[in-house]
Amino acid sequence: MTNNLVTLAYITAIVLFILSLGGLSNQETAKRGNLYGIVGMVLAISATAFSAGLTNYVALVGVLVPGVVIGALMASRVEMTAMPELVAMLHSFVGLAAVLVGVGNYLQPEAALVGAEETIHLLEIYIGVFIGAVTFTGSVVAFGKLKAIISSKPLTLPGRHLLNIGLLVGTVALGVVFMGAAGTAGLPALLGMCGLAGLLGIHLVAAIGGADMPVVISMLNSYSGWAAAAAGFMLSNDLLIVTGALVGSSGAILSIIMCRAMNRSFLSVILGGFGNAPAAKGGSSAPGGEATSTTAAETVELLTQANSVIITPGYGMAVAQAQHAVADITKILRDRGTQVRFGIHPVAGRLPGHMNVLLAEANVPYDIVLEMDEINEDFSETDVVLVIGANDTVNPSALEDPTSPIAGMPVLEVWQAQNVVVMKRSLSVGYAGVDNPLFYKENTQMLFGDAKANVSAILAEMQKSKVPAMASA
Amino acid sequence: MTLAIERGVAEASSTEPKPSKKIGVPKEIAAGERRVAATPATVKKLQKLGFDVLVEHSAGEDANFDDASYQAVGCEIVPTATDLWEKSDIVLKVQPPQDHPNGQHEADLLGAGKSLISFIWPAQNQALVERLSNQQATVLAMDAIPRISRAQKMDALSSMANIAGYRAVIEAANQFGRFFTGQITAAGKVPPAKVLVIGAGVAGLAAIGAAKSLGAIVRAFDTRPVVKEQVESLGAEFLELTFEEDGTGQGGYAKTMSPEFIAAEMELFAQQAKDVDIIITTALIPGKKAPLLITQETAELMKPGSVIVDMAAEQGGNCAVTKPGEVYAHHGVTVVGITDFPSRMASQASQLYGTNLCHLLSDMGGSDDYKVDFEDEAVRGALITHAGEVTWPAPRPEQPPQPAAAKAAPTEAIAPTADLSKDAKNSASPALQSLVKWVGIAAAASLFLTIGLTAPASFLSHFTVFILACFVGWQVIWNVSPSLHTPLMSVTNAISGIIIIGGLLQLEGLSATSVLGAIAILVGTINISGGFLVTQRMLKMFRK
Repeated sequence: MTNNLVTLAYITAIVLFILSLGGLSNQETAKRGNLYGIVGMVLAISATAFSAGLTNYVALVGVLVPGVVIGALMASRVEMTAMPELVAMLHSFVGLAAVLVGVGNYLQPEAALVGAEETIHLLEIYIGVFIGAVTFTGSVVAFGKLKAIISSKPLTLPGRHLLNIGLLVGTVALGVVFMGAAGTAGLPALLGMCGLAGLLGIHLVAAIGGADMPVVISMLNSYSGWAAAAAGFMLSNDLLIVTGALVGSSGAILSIIMCRAMNRSFLSVILGGFGNAPAAKGGSSAPGGEATSTTAAETVELLTQANSVIITPGYGMAVAQAQHAVADITKILRDRGTQVRFGIHPVAGRLPGHMNVLLAEANVPYDIVLEMDEINEDFSETDVVLVIGANDTVNPSALEDPTSPIAGMPVLEVWQAQNVVVMKRSLSVGYAGVDNPLFYKENTQMLFGDAKANVSAILAEMQKSKVPAMASA
Repeated sequence: MTLAIERGVAEASSTEPKPSKKIGVPKEIAAGERRVAATPATVKKLQKLGFDVLVEHSAGEDANFDDASYQAVGCEIVPTATDLWEKSDIVLKVQPPQDHPNGQHEADLLGAGKSLISFIWPAQNQALVERLSNQQATVLAMDAIPRISRAQKMDALSSMANIAGYRAVIEAANQFGRFFTGQITAAGKVPPAKVLVIGAGVAGLAAIGAAKSLGAIVRAFDTRPVVKEQVESLGAEFLELTFEEDGTGQGGYAKTMSPEFIAAEMELFAQQAKDVDIIITTALIPGKKAPLLITQETAELMKPGSVIVDMAAEQGGNCAVTKPGEVYAHHGVTVVGITDFPSRMASQASQLYGTNLCHLLSDMGGSDDYKVDFEDEAVRGALITHAGEVTWPAPRPEQPPQPAAAKAAPTEAIAPTADLSKDAKNSASPALQSLVKWVGIAAAASLFLTIGLTAPASFLSHFTVFILACFVGWQVIWNVSPSLHTPLMSVTNAISGIIIIGGLLQLEGLSATSVLGAIAILVGTINISGGFLVTQRMLKMFRK
């Protein structure tokens, strides 16, 4: 295959990738978009594989096939509730690949490069490997936190900012050594920097609390893109550059969206340490009073009498795997003519859009799953709101208490509704460590216990009452 | 008597597992009263709170609940009132105690240490309050429950007002000779009825809602501008005076207005009277005679066949020509002075009133922890007599200073912790943050400068592509639906697997490079196939 043909194939692949991302603008075109992405990928890889330079097809097939098989197995087996873990793991692979490609590239010097070109090439390798290593270890730690292997509490070492700065300074210093070394003599410096970058990745993510995971994942997504772009520079490959840039900006945008949804600056999230605040415990419980607890049967009664219901799920629903029962309740209510909608906070769950995927998995029609901005005005006309495993995203103190640590964060204004039923294990604080005055509001009732158990109890109760209705119909 | 007290005390302290308290529901004896203080449905709730419920024979008959329906939910039916008052620990009633047809006064039936919960109207019934306090019993007045948000669920005045408002419209419709809703029929066009509701409290709002849903054109007036939104949310037009004065008084009621305001108001009503078909007045000012809103002249301005429903008839009436308890025609205008609206919907009213009582009893601790808590604002407000003392009116919680004080205390409490959390949040101090920002900008600028000065042409062409791609990505990604953010992440994951092309280009011969390249291809491929397939799986799940 000639170089020109390869270039054309790359251009086609680039267009297909852009179409693929563009397709995600709505649900109808999304599937086609994904197919575009697959076609683009196959095209790009086969063009590269059949280009003039490559002959070692045995080795290629030897690694491609197991890779595809492993990927396919993972994709088909993963629970939708475990999507954040999968995504974090895939990020780490990109980081790892970037490191390997970078180091490999360094070990295979291109004699043709001299002067400024050589300097730039070395710099590209160095930066590519650095980003790759940070992404790799950062994603591994994120994976661990999501899998609860590592505590999701933020790690706050004394002088942690100095530590980060120290690691960066070390990286730059090793960079100077690396640039100065002739041939492949800079390898120790490069590997040393890998170590430092790895530590930096670990420390950066370890310092970030559980509730900030959506930001971390988006950020790592962005990094993995920049790593690919850096690899593109070092290999002088435009396809890699473009793809990396696309992925990088995608992750950056997601991070921005997530940060806005929490009313926090990107920098303060990245610098970490949030969520360990001893927080205004005594203070924000000042709204005071008692939380009213309720039972599944009473909740069913409320739901039966309601004309409009909004369900606001949070990470608790994912943890309890309650989405299927929630979907069944939704179906029964809708069949009775009750208006049921879902209100999703942008940072609900541990991954951008996580709740949408869980509800989609449980066959909840996507047109009743609405974003916070779309539904916030409707709460005042809603009879019942079910809060399932959400806490900080429905905390009125974000709007009412200017001294609250989460003040100014946009939240779902569930308390505007006639009745709010909060399903939660206890009255304990959420990830932000902030007491939630919602629990003590007059129109709020607490349904304590495991979300799954409670939702199932409600479902069972509803199905009982459904039978006579059907018989009479 | 004393003996009875001692026995009661001894019983309470000696028996370890407390026996359930007995609630008694007597038959209402007031003339024309059809309500009852508990329905079979509310009895179930009372039983859930741990109470045993006794019901007097035929107590619910007028509200369409027969003895059998009470028995069906496990109530004991007691044949006579005397027995019932004797057996029960807590008596639930609707109307204040009065002379029983059997010759006794209900207040005398209330034994020492027992409780009575009903409407009392202590301001109007001083003698009754005196008499009740002499009984050494606990008496709670449902009409004295304070109007605080926590006590809303016990607020019987509101629940009864709601029913009254609805019924007022029904009574008006009954007297009104036309449709409420406009129609165009083969027999000609029917204009919709025009209804004016004066006073948009609970009753007024209920009347607006009922009239609106019958299809009438509804207008409403209230001296409190805050209710405008509520009126409009029900689909009625809110009439406003050009005159500026806020009539918001304490406890959600209106206050008396200035003479100028009243004159302007009267003028408005006179104008409206010529136009509307039905006027429903609900204006009450607590502790005072109802304000006169519709003068005789105004009433006579109305078209023949029009209807005035005066819901304040019992408190003197908002309309000069109202005769309390009567429905009659005045110059061709039917004036409805009915005073027993809730009782006319006895079944519904009993259900809501009964539920209010359940909430109050639940607030007081249910059967096991039943106690009169002077700290509980709702209970304290409603408490009329306790242990021989008249406890009404409750000391007014000093409204204005208290919220300020309450606010000040927590703020103080918060202040140090808030600072702490703020510190934690921005543990990078603002100075450090802005430093980082400026260093970033400086770095970017010098980087661009260096690139411009030293970089070879080949790099610059790649750089162009890179920057362009960033912008394309930026534009494309903002369009992605937030609900598809997870698929977006997995698909970008798959796409970033394109890095294996780097590995492919290194997969030549057998060297460290090719081995590293091969491993890169392996993990990258996992990414690609895993990412695309899981995206496909997720997208398949999204359906309408």
